[in-house]
Formats: sequence, structure tokens, C-alpha cells
Amino acid sequence: MKIDLRQIEEAAKELYIRALKRLPPDVKQGFDALAKSETDAGARRTLGTMIRNIAVAEDTDNLLCQDTGIPIYNVWIGRGVEVDGVALKQAIRRGCERSTREYSFRSSIVHPTTRVNEQTSCGRGVPIINVDFSEEEEALVIEMVPKGSGSENNSWLRMAIPAEGVDAVKTFVIDCVLEAGGKTCPPTIVGVGVGGTADLCVHLAKLAATRALGTRCDDPEGARLEEELGQAVNMLGVGPQGLGGDSTAFAVHVETAATHITMNPVAVNMQCHSARRARATFRTSGLEYGY
Amino acid sequence: MAHYDLAAPLTEGAVRKLRVDDTVTLNGALFGIRDATQIHMFDRGRKTRFDLAGHAVIHTAPNVKKVQKSAAHPAGYAPLCIGTTTSDRMERFTRPLMQQCGVRLVIGKGGLREESLKAFGDLGGAYLAIIGGTAALETTWVESIEDVDLDDLNPESLWKFRVRNFGPLLVAMDSHGGSLYAKVKSAAQERRAAALRRLGVR
Repeated sequence: MKIDLRQIEEAAKELYIRALKRLPPDVKQGFDALAKSETDAGARRTLGTMIRNIAVAEDTDNLLCQDTGIPIYNVWIGRGVEVDGVALKQAIRRGCERSTREYSFRSSIVHPTTRVNEQTSCGRGVPIINVDFSEEEEALVIEMVPKGSGSENNSWLRMAIPAEGVDAVKTFVIDCVLEAGGKTCPPTIVGVGVGGTADLCVHLAKLAATRALGTRCDDPEGARLEEELGQAVNMLGVGPQGLGGDSTAFAVHVETAATHITMNPVAVNMQCHSARRARATFRTSGLEYGY
Repeated sequence: MAHYDLAAPLTEGAVRKLRVDDTVTLNGALFGIRDATQIHMFDRGRKTRFDLAGHAVIHTAPNVKKVQKSAAHPAGYAPLCIGTTTSDRMERFTRPLMQQCGVRLVIGKGGLREESLKAFGDLGGAYLAIIGGTAALETTWVESIEDVDLDDLNPESLWKFRVRNFGPLLVAMDSHGGSLYAKVKSAAQERRAAALRRLGVR
């Protein structure tokens, strides 16, 4: 299967706009579940406004949130796919730039020291493009995540030590949620990375935070932590927007990796309630958009 | 819990009436302000031609489209999507905003800290919480972008919006020392031990 780079560019453009406008069905279901279980009247009103906003964005064909985020493209190349990797990344970058210019949405990206905004949503190393491989035959998948800064600004890494055990992981997650309060636009998806190196641990937390609601960690140890931490986090009473209530998080997602005998790293990265993502799948039969 | 329909400029007395848990709907002028706007105004001495005395500011950097100037778009910008950003980063600018510019109301999400609460008490101001991440809805409350200043900082320019039925917004910090954020935070800290116990942390 040979990939047409013009199609990649178009898809990269289309995906950014789609992600900004339409919330995935699993997140909508997450809202419905929280609205049913929430016991605080004010928090129920806040959730109701968030749910109304999803409908207004669809009805007015507008962006869900003003924050167009940091653009992240995750690419999975299946077996039997023939593609020039360098050209693929260039095509994604062009698509990202074009979406910003042609739709005229806000470029949120600046140089880290000069703070100059090129008004293209691009800059050094941005968009972030992660390339990985999949078992799937003749398929190339691009997932686009506009990662909002309110939640991204609340990211943490702790290089705990083995003697602190898994208690260090649990305590750290609770303390991060308390520290974040309303700044992350709760209810959030709390992404937790456990193990690996410092950089892998943070990356795992990001993968966890941006994973679809309803999915589970494929490491049974991680899945158990997800269950326990999900319940504990929603005991804290931070609530939607940090104004109190039961609905602090849709879920806690955990991703794990093996680590060194001397290490016990844990990272937390959160996704806000506008948990946006969009997906394009290229197959021999054609291109299909989804979430 | 009272509801207030307000239009700026506001007097100190009008703002001091507001109490935590009251709600407010705004009409008329509303100024958009953000990190870079305030860094330039208060750290680098940039001056604005706008008179902010008695006014409300919102922590924002909107999505706008450049258009021909017209009666509908007097600043040459059409609003596309206008929302609210996390206020906490701009904590240290609350007092100078009030002291130097006479701002009375700050609208944002996620809340401000102790120093801002003190400024609201000392100078007569309040913080109104909007639901963050609901910009599509918020945009329907904005009639037009009337004017813009410091536009070299775009999108973090100083925006002047005309709004209609903007809200309801929740008074989350008032001039009498009340802060919903402080209340929720201390209650959550008290629940920390129970959450850790449930997790079996020794």
C-alpha cells in the first residue's frame, strides 16, 4: 500500500479542525455518566453548561474551546505500508499550518524565549509528531490531539525510590489532583505514567491522559491502579471547575513500563473536560475519519 | 444568593454588594486581557489608550478573523470563538490592574489566590467564575469586537468586546474575604487522608 502525501496533508489539516469542533462519543458518554451520579446541585449545573456547550459547538459549527492547544499528531504505520517518513512528517506540518491559516483559528504556539508567534500553530519541534508501528495490515492511522494548556500546565514528574513502593505512586496522584484544583478545567482524565525513564514516564502519562474513555491499561497492575485511583480521586470533592462536587475526574488512566532496579518514577499529565481528538485511517479501500 | 444584571463602568459600592455564590450577568463593555498583555503593561511600562476604570476584564485570547472594518466589525475583527483561560497564571497582576487601571471585576476560570483576594478586599473588586472550556456558548454572548489595543501582541491584545446577557457568572471571590476556591481547597485537603486510606497507603 502506497500512501499519497497530498492526502496526508489534507487529512492533517482536516483533523485539526475536526478535533477542535467535535468531542468524541466516549467523552460525551463520560459527561452523561457524571451528570447522573453527581450529588452537588452547583456541580450538576456546571456539568449541564459543559454539555450544552458541546451542542452549541455542533449547532454553530464552532470550536468547543478557545484554546487551540499544542498540536500533537500520533501516527501508526501498519505492515505493508510504503511511505517516505521524512516527507510524511513534512506533509503533516504543512496540513497543520494550512488548517490554522485557512480556518483562521488562533495559533497558540510561540518560541519559548522570544515568545514570537508565527501564527501558523507551528514552531521548532511543533507540531509534535509521534511515529510508531502497528500490526495492522495495509493501514496508516493518524490521530490528532489539540492539547490544551490549562491541563498541560499541570504536569508533574517524581523520581520516587524503590523503598517508597507503589504508595508513592498513589500519594503523588492524589496530591497532583489537589494541587491542580480548578486550574485543569475538571472534570479531567488524569493520566498517570508509572515506570520507564524520566522522559518515557512523562510520555506514558500523556498517552494515558489522551486515551479514549472506557479503555483500560493492558497491564493488569496498571488496570488495578486505574480502578482504585479513579474512586479515590473522586472522593476529594474538587468538582467541576474546582468549585466543589463529586465529578473531579472522568477517570484515571495509567500506562506502565518496566524501570530500573533503583527507580520508581511516576508522572501525571491531565486532559481537560474538552478531551478533544480526531483520527484518520488510510486503507487500500480509502480514507475514513473517526475519533 | 442574589442575581445582579450589571453594566460597566461600576462603582466601588456596586461591586462591594457582591457576595460569594451570587450570580451576575454582564451587558455592554468587557475587556479581554491575558498573560502577554499584562506582562507588557505592568513589567514593561506599555500604556493603553483604553480607560478601564470601573470595568470588568476577562482572562482570554480569542480566535478572531481579520475582516474589513464595518459597523458590525468596527475593529476590523470578527469574533470566531471567544473563551476563557486559566486565571492562576495572572495572579500577580490583579492588584496593579485594580490600582493602576481601576478595574473592578475579573472574570476567569480556576480562580485566583490569596493576594488577589486581599486586593479585592482592599480596593473593592470581585472575581466572577465562568465555566472554562465552554467557549462555543460564550461566543454567543459576544455581540462584537468594538476595539483593540496593543495588537502587536495578537492574540494576546487588549480587546474591547460588546457583550449581551454575558453569563450567568458565579461570584467566586468577593471583597469581604470570601473565596469558593479557598473553601473547596481546604475541604479537599481534609479529605486527602480518607482517600489515601482507601488506597491502602500506609
